[in-house]
Parts: sequence; C-alpha cells; structure tokens
Amino acid sequence: MLDVAGLDKHFGGLHAVKGLSFRVGEGEIVGLIGPNGAGKTTVFGLLSGFLHPDAGQVTFHGRSITGLLPHRVNALGLARTFQIVRPFPHLTVLRNVTVGALSRHADPREAARKALAVLEEVGLAAKRDQPAASLTLAERKRLELARALATEPTLLLLDEVMAGLNATETERIVDLVGAINRRGVAVLLIEHVMRAVMSLSQRIVVINYGELIAEGRPEAVASDPRVIEAYLGAAPA
Amino acid sequence: MLLALPMVLSSYLVTVFVLIFFYAYLGQAWNIVGGYAGQLSAGHAAFVGVGAYTAAMLSLSAGLTPWVGMFVGGALSAALGAVIGYLGFRFGLRGFYFVLLTVAFAEMCRIVTNNVEALGGAVGLYITFTGNPRQFQFQDTRAYYYIALGLMVAATVVAAAIERRRFGVYLSAIREDEGAAEAVGVPTLKYKMLAMIVSSFLTGVGGTFYAFYLFSLQPNTVFGIPLSVEIIIRPIVGGAGTLFGPIVGSFILSPLAELARFYFAASGYWAGVHLIVYGLLLVAVVLFFPQGAVPWMKRALGRTQA
Repeated sequence: MLDVAGLDKHFGGLHAVKGLSFRVGEGEIVGLIGPNGAGKTTVFGLLSGFLHPDAGQVTFHGRSITGLLPHRVNALGLARTFQIVRPFPHLTVLRNVTVGALSRHADPREAARKALAVLEEVGLAAKRDQPAASLTLAERKRLELARALATEPTLLLLDEVMAGLNATETERIVDLVGAINRRGVAVLLIEHVMRAVMSLSQRIVVINYGELIAEGRPEAVASDPRVIEAYLGAAPA
Repeated sequence: MLLALPMVLSSYLVTVFVLIFFYAYLGQAWNIVGGYAGQLSAGHAAFVGVGAYTAAMLSLSAGLTPWVGMFVGGALSAALGAVIGYLGFRFGLRGFYFVLLTVAFAEMCRIVTNNVEALGGAVGLYITFTGNPRQFQFQDTRAYYYIALGLMVAATVVAAAIERRRFGVYLSAIREDEGAAEAVGVPTLKYKMLAMIVSSFLTGVGGTFYAFYLFSLQPNTVFGIPLSVEIIIRPIVGGAGTLFGPIVGSFILSPLAELARFYFAASGYWAGVHLIVYGLLLVAVVLFFPQGAVPWMKRALGRTQA
C-alpha cells in the first residue's frame, strides 16, 4: 500500500536520506530502526508531507503523494504521530481527538462521539474533560496515538510512541498497537525499544546515515552483521 | 434590559454605551482571527478605514445610501483581508512577522489616503449632518445606541456559530499547534484565510458606523495604530478566543477610556494619560489573568459552586 522509491533529502551539507526505497504491505506492521541520527524521523516527515524530498517518489494506495500538504496526505488515510508529542495543550482530551475525527465527520457532535470511542480504545476516556496539558507523558503518548487514529487511517506512522515509558506502560502500547493492526490498519513504527519492535513487527527496515542497510524478518535482521556493526561499531579485525 | 436602558440614561451615558457596544463589536470581529485562530493582526484599523472611506465616498460622490455602502465597504475590507492573509499565511509569516505585516498594510493605507486628494488627503472627509435616517444619521442619539447594540449582538451570534461548528474547533487547533493540526487533517491555510475574511468583513462594516457616527474621517485616526490597539486590547483583557471576552473587555475598558479622556484630556496637559492606564491594565492582565477576564471569572465562579 505504501511504496517508497529512491527517496532523497539534503539539509544544507547533510545528506539525511540517500536513495531510500522500501514498502509497507496491506495490514502489515513494519519496524523502521536505526541508530540515533540515522534519518528515521526525516523519513516520516517526507512521507507525511511535512518535508519535501529532493528526489524520489512516495506512492500510497497506488497514487503519488510526493509533495502533497500534510492535511491532504492525512485525508488519503496516512496518519502520523510526533516523536515529541504535540497535544493541543489548552484543549480538553476529548477536543484534541475530536479535531482528528472532524475530517471524516463534519458534524462536531458526531465527531465527538467518534472521538470518545477512540478514547475508550486507548484507555483515556476517564480523562476526557481534562486539558491535555495536565496529562502524564504516558497519557500524552496515548493521546497522540488517539488523535491520529481518530482520522481513520489505513496506515499509521508511529514515531517512538514507547520512548520514556516504563515496562507496564510500554506493554499497554504494544497491546494497543497490536489491536489496532488486527482491525486492518497497517503500521510503520520507529522505535528504540527493541523488544517491542521485535515482537510487533512482521518485517524490519534498518537504516543508517540515511541509507537502507538491511531489511527482513526480525530474527534475520537482528543477527545481520551490518546491523550489529551500525549499532555497536565494527568488530575488531 | 439593554433594550430599555436608553429610556433612563442621560444622553451622555447613552454615548458611553454606544462606545462600549461599538468597540465590543470591533473586538468581536478581531476575536475571530486574532482570538480563536490566534493570528495576531495588529492592523485591523486598515479594515475600519477601508470600510469607512468606501461608504463615505459612495455616499458623498454617488449618493449611495450607507445602508448599502456598509456592505460594499465590508466586501472591500474582506478583499484586503484576503490579500494580507494570503501573503502572511501562504508564506508562513508567524508571530511577530505576521504582526508586522498587518501593521505595515494599515500604515500603507494611512499614507496613501493622506496623499490622495480625491479622498480628502490629510484633511479627510466631512459628512454634513442631515439627520436623515436614509443617510445613516439620526436626530436621536438613541438610534446609534440600538444600531451599535445590534452590531455587537450580530458579531457575537456569528462568533457563537463559528464556535459550535467544525470551523471553530479547527481554529482553536490552529491556535494551539498549527503543525499538529495539519497532521490530523486540518487544511490550515484555508481556515486561517476564512477567519481573516470573516473578521475583516465585519470590521469593514463597522467602518460605516464609525464614519456616520462621527461625521468625519481623517487618515491618521481611522487607519492609525492607536485605533488598531483599541480594537485588540478589549478582547485581550476580556479573554481572547472566548465568546464574551470582547464584550466584557469593552465594558471594562471603554468607560475607563472615556473617564480618562473626560478628566485628563480636557485640560490638554493630561492628554494621553488613558494610554498609560491601558498600559498598566495590560501589564496587570498579563501578570494576573493571562487568559483574560472571562476564563478567570469562570474559574472563580466554578470554585464557589464546588
């Protein structure tokens, strides 16, 4: 459903993404991993319309979405979350998610009903009347997820939704992402919590310095010498 | 209650209420783009001026009744608002840069009008008082009271309608975090433009009231930065982005401005003191209730109920 071909992006002298190609299939969970600074978040920016690639093509459900504005990309069914969560701080939790639901349900009351259903799914319904600014980090991560989910995507880009969470909180998110995927939503996941990526992903794409260095099933990727080298440095000769 | 009030008020107090309603109206119009959408226009005087000059010129040179001219003025102001909005929003001018853009446009209008003889130049335009209602003129000042009240109510009805709809929810999301709003499907450029157009249209309509209530128009007052400040300061003090903020703000500030003018400006020596009062009040608002009077009152009331 998502086809990335020859994606390229420079920031001044920094070649952040170099000719990157990969794909995400219908209903699949794909992990996007790589050391810090590998260009993962830049890739999300390029896919979701926040950044414009210097070269390359992004195709989603058979149509090119290269260069589209973020809200157009979202309308086509591709939703993202932000690594550093960006709630609407003074709006209530319900309002935050309603904003997402409004693109599919123009009537605010209907959108609020839809939003409440999503809040129940992520376990935030009890907090619906609190301002988003009052939530804990773990709750904000779930709010970020709920807001993206309320736009009814077919592909969800999750940028480190587990970073900074404790083991119990992480497990809740892993279960949640699994449940969302079982409803038929494909997921592309940036994550440093390896246990979570390995258990969730059907396939893993590894990048380093903006280049694809490995791709395949989790176990195969984990034992790939190029991946180990990227994370730990080359073995002494 | 407000409908019966003029029956018992002195004619001076009626004029104070006219000012309260009229500035509440302008504040509510600004609130749509400046409050709800959080796009700080500091040049809204430009729309008052364009509306005022349009209706006045159409009346003076073509004999068109201001009752029609006010909508022509509103439409021209909306067109100017669309131009300013497009330049600012399309090219990503945010925060201070947008403020400067709006001020620059108002100043350009002021300077151009000052130098175009056909528009009266620096002397401005004078409207002869005929007392003819068709010319938006009334012997009885209470007529202005009801028109200003009607304008305030109308703008508040518009703001309430926006608040209840998707439009309003989207504007609040844009104010909070534009990028995050885009990410969840909000066409931010379109909605900021709509907010700017509605706001500048309403402000332009207000220009007609300004011209035909005061009978005279000078470029330096009607396009000047002080008028823009008067428009902004009421909703900010009352609570920007709240439905009743501009009204509460105007009930606090307009009588204060009038008192200051009455007591200080009359002697000449103290002219401008009301601006110092404004400054102090703004500092107090920022320090003690940064979201304005309305959210503060709501919290205070909520606490006593609990």
